[in-house]
Amino acid sequence: MGQVIGFWVFAVAIIGAALGVVLLKNVFRAAVLLVGCFLGVAGIFILLSADFLAAMQILIYIGAISILIILAIMLTREVASGSPSNKFQIPALVIAALFCTGVVYAILNTSWQITAVPPPATTTSNLGNKLFSKDGFILPVEIIPTVLLATILGAIVLVKDKKK
Amino acid sequence: MTIGLEHYLVLSAILFSIGLYGALAKHNAIVILMSIEIMLSAVNIALVAFSGYVVPTALTGQVFALFAMAVAAAETAVGLAIIISIYRNKETIDANKIDLMKW
Repeated sequence: MGQVIGFWVFAVAIIGAALGVVLLKNVFRAAVLLVGCFLGVAGIFILLSADFLAAMQILIYIGAISILIILAIMLTREVASGSPSNKFQIPALVIAALFCTGVVYAILNTSWQITAVPPPATTTSNLGNKLFSKDGFILPVEIIPTVLLATILGAIVLVKDKKK
Repeated sequence: MTIGLEHYLVLSAILFSIGLYGALAKHNAIVILMSIEIMLSAVNIALVAFSGYVVPTALTGQVFALFAMAVAAAETAVGLAIIISIYRNKETIDANKIDLMKW
């Protein structure tokens, strides 16, 4: 029962916040609503008993990505001109609606192979074993730091003042 | 009623469509980037839902969601750096006016 109530509360909050991000004219308010959307997604992760992912969602998305986006909004001073829609508004709406209908139709007409096994109560140690064991995901875990290093270097080079 | 896999997948599909609309129909480059973040969150919901309902003990979907988060963070950092760099040169971040590479 608690899961049902939680799901509907989080689902309505996420979709309302996401619609606000897309439809609001004020860019800063859209960024604040994006934080609400990320919080709702973290709640959905908790409902799916993915506690480590919920913590990472809050740390990475709300702690880092939202701050970056708000900083960029402050730096570019485009809050006054707002976020109007372009001339593709109607075609974009049609494409998104068609995509949504197609995917929902496919989801509801597929018989998913759901197991009755209950999910583990805590996932952190299992995730650690999965990530760092030899037959697990150790190679991607080693590639991700390379990606992050390239990102740091790229961001520094891109925003460096070249006039000096 | 109980909440099943379909509920989470439909939520993910609706969220992805909202992000798709925002990414296609907006002028402001930062709003487009925010829409892309919404789409990535929708994909994460679907991955974790599959992981929880189909293979609860294997946790493969959660590992994929972790990698998606890391790549999303990298993508946002580089994207915002590009946007700030363009703003310095052209004084605008209107995606319709950034047409340096238009043929």
